[in-house]
Amino acid sequence: MNPSDHLFRHEAGRMVAALTRVFGMQNLELAEDVVQDAFCRALEVWKLRGVPDNPRAWLMKTARNRALDVLRRERTARTFAPEYGRLLHTEWTASQAVREVFESTDVPDDQLRMMFSCCTGRLPEAAQVMLVLALVGGFGVREIAAAFVSPHAAVEKRLSRAKRTLKESGPLFDVADAADFANRLPAVQRALYLIFSEGYHGASATEVVRADLCHEAIRLTSLLVEHPLAATPSTQALLALMYLDAARLAGRLDPSGNLTSLFDQDRRRWDRAMIAQGIAWLEHSATGSALTRYHVEAAIAAVHASAPSIETTDWAAIVALYDMLMRIAPSPIVALNRAIAVAQVDGAQRGLEAIDAIAQRQRLEAYPFYYAARAELELRRQNDAVARQHFERALAFARNSIEQRFFENRLATLAAQPSPT
Amino acid sequence: MAEFLYLYRGGQRGATPQESEQIMQKWMNWFKELTASGNVKDGGQPLEAEGKVVKDNGRTVTDGPFAEAKDLVGGYTLIEAPNLERAAELAKGCPVLERGGAVEVRPIMQLDM
Repeated sequence: MNPSDHLFRHEAGRMVAALTRVFGMQNLELAEDVVQDAFCRALEVWKLRGVPDNPRAWLMKTARNRALDVLRRERTARTFAPEYGRLLHTEWTASQAVREVFESTDVPDDQLRMMFSCCTGRLPEAAQVMLVLALVGGFGVREIAAAFVSPHAAVEKRLSRAKRTLKESGPLFDVADAADFANRLPAVQRALYLIFSEGYHGASATEVVRADLCHEAIRLTSLLVEHPLAATPSTQALLALMYLDAARLAGRLDPSGNLTSLFDQDRRRWDRAMIAQGIAWLEHSATGSALTRYHVEAAIAAVHASAPSIETTDWAAIVALYDMLMRIAPSPIVALNRAIAVAQVDGAQRGLEAIDAIAQRQRLEAYPFYYAARAELELRRQNDAVARQHFERALAFARNSIEQRFFENRLATLAAQPSPT
Repeated sequence: MAEFLYLYRGGQRGATPQESEQIMQKWMNWFKELTASGNVKDGGQPLEAEGKVVKDNGRTVTDGPFAEAKDLVGGYTLIEAPNLERAAELAKGCPVLERGGAVEVRPIMQLDM
């Protein structure tokens, strides 16, 4: 679009959430249409007259007027949100009611309502994540398709199906109901975690897309942690985890855009302010009795983030944390990361044994960093030929050009070094 | 429960946009109260001051209602209340009264024929 992409996206999420409160969930598309119209109008007008001093206020006013037009046109044909219905049916109050929703201070609540509504058990997790991105994050189909490396048409179809289910699953989620809130919270946390992971570990080749996902996940989790009912230790741990990982995003690519492994990163490029935020949230989260995977993952990230170098990293602590994580949330990926830490403590041989012992190892068969991990450990054992084979497999499974270049570079380094045998 | 029509007569409009917004906010609050207590049958609509009057069996069409400003109908609402006294009582909260206007409370006639 143009430089105001971010403004558009954030405002879109805000406004769709607010308008859905006015129109009711059953009129979700109407809310989306109004926001879309307002943005199209903004693009037209701003192109001619330049971006106004307060683009946000301009967008809100345009969307408000557009919403009123729609209400006037549709008010005999549709029913709107019950708590606003009557006020919207008469000119005595319609404009004031819409204004009230737009200017209300509980904008975060609007977005939470929408977020919680999206995370309904009637939808699979992947669909929940897409809906949160589309409706609360304001991501377009193109951006979601880029984030999940899926075809545009498939994402479009999936989203429209998910929206239909959402509309059919009743009114907007009531964030005031403490019991419902507590029941739905884990699903919401999970969706935000998945958005973050897609940004942090995902397959998209575009670093901008991935950083966007990470930042959006942080923004939404920050909204969550401000709500008294949502500010549980697990939410705080989730936010800590995001800060501590995202702080290291800038170190993952070297100045020429090449992927850099944790072992070779220039740690001066890590974001110290974010690390401090992450540590602070992690300390906040250390209350209550529940120990969640978010706590453990944040603790692992904290060990990395606070170590000055690979050599001074407390790998024994990391192994212990991965052991804990394997008890709470076992998965082949967690086991793989544990094995890498084991190799740091007990040597490459032990690391490889740990990899061989991974339960359901076949689930890692298409994961390029599984082969890369094997390759690095074989390399340490001077098994260059085996290492090469593994790097070649990693290359074959590379999910994008950045990963491809990374494995190619590893292979090139290997070829340049004369074999010691 | 019986039905009544509120006819809002007269009442100065806001001189500035800020003042108009304050007035609309008062209407909003009043409607919210009436809605919450279950007395609004139909919110009705505000009316423009100008219009046309058709009379003499359709032969004459003149501009504007030509009423005195204080008598001009500025809008209407359909109310539900147990009786006329209660309907009149409820009208006392109407913001038009603060601006020199009046609320005419008229029972809806039931034609049983």
